[in-house]
Amino acid sequence: MSEPFDAVALAGAKAKGKRPYFFKDADVERVLSIVMAVAGELAVTRMRLDTLEQLLIERGIVAEADIEDFAPNAAQRAERGRWQQEYLARILRIVQQEREAIARPHEPTSEAAGERLDDA
Amino acid sequence: MPEADHDGLPDYRAVGRHAVFPNADHDQTERFNFLARLNRHLASVVLPGVADAYRQRVEPAFEHAQGRKPAHRREARQALAAEPLYQTWSALRRNTMEMRQQAGLSLVLGQRDQLIGETRRLIDEGRLRLDPQVRIPHYLSAVDHHCMPGSYYTERTADDVTAAANYDAGMFVTTGGMLGRYTDGGGRGMVEYMRRRHPNWRPRRILDLGCGLGHNVLPIAEAFADAEVVAVDVAAPMLRYGAARAASLGVDNVVFAQADAADLAEFDAASFDWIQSTMFLHETSCRALRRIMSETRRMIAPGGFVIHIEQPQYDADMPIFEQVMRDWDAFNNNEPFWTKLHDVDLDQYMIDAGFERHELFHGGVTAVVDRELFPDAADDNAEDYGRKAAWHITGAHV
Ligand SMILES: C[S@@+](CC[C@H](N)C(=O)[O-])C[C@H]1O[C@@H](n2cnc3c(N)ncnc32)[C@H](O)[C@@H]1O
Repeated sequence: MSEPFDAVALAGAKAKGKRPYFFKDADVERVLSIVMAVAGELAVTRMRLDTLEQLLIERGIVAEADIEDFAPNAAQRAERGRWQQEYLARILRIVQQEREAIARPHEPTSEAAGERLDDA
Repeated sequence: MPEADHDGLPDYRAVGRHAVFPNADHDQTERFNFLARLNRHLASVVLPGVADAYRQRVEPAFEHAQGRKPAHRREARQALAAEPLYQTWSALRRNTMEMRQQAGLSLVLGQRDQLIGETRRLIDEGRLRLDPQVRIPHYLSAVDHHCMPGSYYTERTADDVTAAANYDAGMFVTTGGMLGRYTDGGGRGMVEYMRRRHPNWRPRRILDLGCGLGHNVLPIAEAFADAEVVAVDVAAPMLRYGAARAASLGVDNVVFAQADAADLAEFDAASFDWIQSTMFLHETSCRALRRIMSETRRMIAPGGFVIHIEQPQYDADMPIFEQVMRDWDAFNNNEPFWTKLHDVDLDQYMIDAGFERHELFHGGVTAVVDRELFPDAADDNAEDYGRKAAWHITGAHV
């Protein structure tokens, strides 16, 4: 066996050669890149779910109609609703925080707070 | 109206396997499927919009400002750079390449030691000739070709093959299966081309330049099973993996040798009946190209064929927009010699190397694939420009 190595870091390594950016604003491109990675992972997960469903159907554990016609009961509906709410809050966190910031226009940054600590 | 059919892309699970082909689990497989479809979507849905934007916005705006249409690729490229749809398409395309590399590398790094072990086990000593004296040319080491971290040649550990395994495993993503189950549609197309034109020809010795992991030389070796085939490349990981892959696929008449195609003094004059290069020249340099051409002139036997296949040259007949699109990889996918190679007069390079003009010929090859599973380039209408599975032959019959 060979010496240990960090496969995660190596797999994401940058290729030699300066990267071109296409948008006026590199920040937008960075976000796009992350969004596309997430979109990819979502597709992978959706496929995994489909695999599971197909296997369950094939093995007679559930029928396709069971899935399509599934009607959650009251407790399940509540649970699913909660999940959706939390999910949205998670992915839209920055929107929530920018909104909270409106109410606190005079907050210092940590850096500014730190500078004030020099003589306090 | 019937519902539009799905894009026709085969599932990654249809990709041809061999003993050193990396194993992909469910999610790794689906990651490749996603990326292949994303590429396909970019080519067939987003790119036509870029073409519309060029015709309807970019070109008219240029004409309005300059009083004429763009006269050269360079001008058109600069004008397009400000077009939002072009920016979106480009950013997505670049990003897809990077995602494909990460997906492939994480797949192969996770099974690195098994891949190396299996390669060692499979290689028949006589079929692999490595030469640690061979230097990596500067045109390969300046940037990593097609955003492949570490390029073809980096050895991350002793006897490494991960660069090649990554290249092999992810090829499907970039080409959408257009090159066939074993990514060998170009080589199979080449065999068909030669068989049709020279049905009784039997080469005894064949040389493949810049063979990579041997995708396109194996069909040639299989078609001419009595021939002795030498496949050269500078990158040891590609050669090791290529030799193991060939053994696993039962092809036993190829020697994978580490050598610089621009300096093949180890091979005698007039010692090959067929010298082939497949999508290799565009990853070299002007100086290397001259030397490669002279070496082929020296090594080709009387009656033999020297054949290079590449994407078509840019010429005055090729619309400027098409030229810009075909040139995209040069700037944005680390193909630094792409533009130059497609601009030069290859015939003149061959003549300068000592070939006679009357010996030269040109032709076209499209990928030959297993049509039950894979789309056929000949009836494909989604134009992905520089990545289309159709090539131009520049050859000499001496
Ligand atoms: C795009 S790949 C070629 C693919 C291969 N011919 C096929 O059909 O699959 C280019 C290859 O050329 C090799 N290469 C680049 N410069 C070279 C040189 N001067 N001599 C030999 N091989 C070289 C690289 O290491 C790489 O494997």
